[in-house]
Amino acid sequence: MTLTAGVIGVQGDVAEHAAAITRAARAHGERVDVIEIRRSGLVPDCDLLSMPGGESTTISRSLRREDIAPEIRAHVAAGKPLLATCAGLIVAATDAGDERVSTLDLLDVTVERNAFGRQRDSFETSIGIAGLDEPFPAVFIRAPVITDAGDTEVLATWDDRPVAVHDGPIVGTSFHPELTDDSRLHGFTFFENPSSEPSPQSP
Amino acid sequence: MSEPTDLEDLRRGTDLVKRGFARMQQGGVIMDVVDAEQARIAEDAGAVAVMALEAVPADIRKRGGVARMADPGDIQGVIDAVSIPAMGKARIGHTTEARILESIGVDMIDESEVLTPADERYHIDKRDFTSPFVCGARDLGEALRRIGEGAAMIRTKGEAGTGDVNQAVSHQRNILGSIRKLEGMAHEEREAWAREHEAPAELVHETAEMGRLPVVNFAAGGIATPADAALMMFHGCDGIFVGSGIFGAENPEAMGRAIVEAVNNWDDPEALAEIATDTGKGMQGESNADMPEEQQLQGRGV
Repeated sequence: MTLTAGVIGVQGDVAEHAAAITRAARAHGERVDVIEIRRSGLVPDCDLLSMPGGESTTISRSLRREDIAPEIRAHVAAGKPLLATCAGLIVAATDAGDERVSTLDLLDVTVERNAFGRQRDSFETSIGIAGLDEPFPAVFIRAPVITDAGDTEVLATWDDRPVAVHDGPIVGTSFHPELTDDSRLHGFTFFENPSSEPSPQSP
Repeated sequence: MSEPTDLEDLRRGTDLVKRGFARMQQGGVIMDVVDAEQARIAEDAGAVAVMALEAVPADIRKRGGVARMADPGDIQGVIDAVSIPAMGKARIGHTTEARILESIGVDMIDESEVLTPADERYHIDKRDFTSPFVCGARDLGEALRRIGEGAAMIRTKGEAGTGDVNQAVSHQRNILGSIRKLEGMAHEEREAWAREHEAPAELVHETAEMGRLPVVNFAAGGIATPADAALMMFHGCDGIFVGSGIFGAENPEAMGRAIVEAVNNWDDPEALAEIATDTGKGMQGESNADMPEEQQLQGRGV
């Protein structure tokens, strides 16, 4: 049984997510077909979804214009897994604190855009993530932080601020797990998450 | 601000962080702007970033004389006006202009042939900077030399300010054609290719193995319409810079939005037809097919 993985592809580091999903699937003995989603009609066929990093203003506009936004909501409402990273997290949140971004209200958190500053303040580091044994390489690029995590489960913090959260089928991160070869978070979200609708199992 | 708990492990300005920033621009349109008002229009049109400069390339070309980095105060005005990244242009080899841009918080520095080169022999040593750089290239050797100097993004060097896309197409074809050739070469042939093109051998091997440039590769120079932008995506570019094409057009808002939508729908001609309808007149432009070499900007800093 081959799963269909969708990467929201209107803008951002789409190929990087596609590669990370493929790696995570291989590590879990799953087979996936990865498709790029730039227009409506494709999300309903997807068993799992990634919303990549990029510019949240640009991505949120395109999702509405191309009518992809309601399909992503339906995907999550059906309990299917979604990984939203950086700009993806901002778009998935209920409150981005910025009217230039129209959020999808999937994840009940408030985020602050560019919370660490400009690109010169961007950094890479190593953080502990709940549920992962070894530290995780985290790349923060003009990254948001979660200023109010609501009722979500906080998986990781940096400087006492939440940077990764988990709520049912959704995992959201401030950083970019797709930028390194470590695909454990993709694996957790898509293949180990007990609170998402069980994906069709491979033999 | 309180100190992060494991601050000693925080690394800024690494290749991963600089190239990662460039990766976030993929599938996007970066628009040239000269002031805060244009920057806001660009952001509203869906630009993924803005490039702050003193005058758009078409005006620089008309005006002649020495073209330099824009007034830092004006760049600051652009930075403050938008939430998307703001980039700035420094002259080729002008390390000090680049340091000034970095100090005011520009998110990426374009070491650009559109400005008058400040150094006849050397580009900026970009590895030294925390800020990422984008550089132009007409062929693969030039692209790899710039990446070797620390560039985190490459763009074509289409003739800026002409509104004629043919040179951007030609550069992109050169780069992809050479990568295809490298892929078929044996190790020692790649080594010889690296020597011949004065490109770092390590990067030559990496490019051949990946079958693409190891950094993001954008189109720039002469892109004036939604169809031009879509054409460059068809040619395998990761995203688009538009200079004079937006604010040199009759209706910058409509043209900006249309070019953003065209990049997202580059492989759908029906959608493109709809997108390109009623966008107003594009920039006038001038054909660069028989432009005398002394008027060309692309030969600067190779």
